Amino acid sequence: MADEILGKIDEKVKNNKVMVYMKGTPDFPQCGFSAHTVEILKSYGFPFASEDVLADPTVRDGIKRYSNWPTIPQVYVDGKFVGGCDILHELHERGELEPILKSAFSK
Amino acid sequence: MITPEEIKATLAKSLPVSLVETQDLTGGGDHWQLIIVSPAFEGKGLLEQHRMVNEALKEPMKDERIHALALKTFSPAQWEKLGA
Repeated sequence: MADEILGKIDEKVKNNKVMVYMKGTPDFPQCGFSAHTVEILKSYGFPFASEDVLADPTVRDGIKRYSNWPTIPQVYVDGKFVGGCDILHELHERGELEPILKSAFSK
Repeated sequence: MITPEEIKATLAKSLPVSLVETQDLTGGGDHWQLIIVSPAFEGKGLLEQHRMVNEALKEPMKDERIHALALKTFSPAQWEKLGA
């Protein structure tokens, strides 16, 4: 029962091309790292879904276990964990993020 | 809080590092930005590289000596290409 939440997370990750677990919402992020992550994603114009971990402590804890990654935000593309703020930023800078997004949306 | 020396020593215990640069982002000794170059990063994606660093710094992150960590990781070849 305790891991019911992992199933819920898995469903969202698999049912959205881009899924972001963040603090706050894309329009009102509650943390600088979440804000920057959303800003990067918005710059490409692809739609993305998000969930506010501050609204539900079980999600906040569950998402860290789901990916075995210690921090939030967390970005998933095409069902796969891509990274948090640092990694998104770096992929964006290296020009490697757009091909990842494009390939997810071309399927 | 933690010192740059402690960070470097902790990293070196489980990761061969050729360069570690530390920057205390707030002056409080618990928000750090690290630039790490390691031959162990060769051929690995960013996610995997960051996972290796998180794993190496698991203890000080768990006991909150490190509260926030911003990472820039490079293999020696990637680092050289930057001309750094």
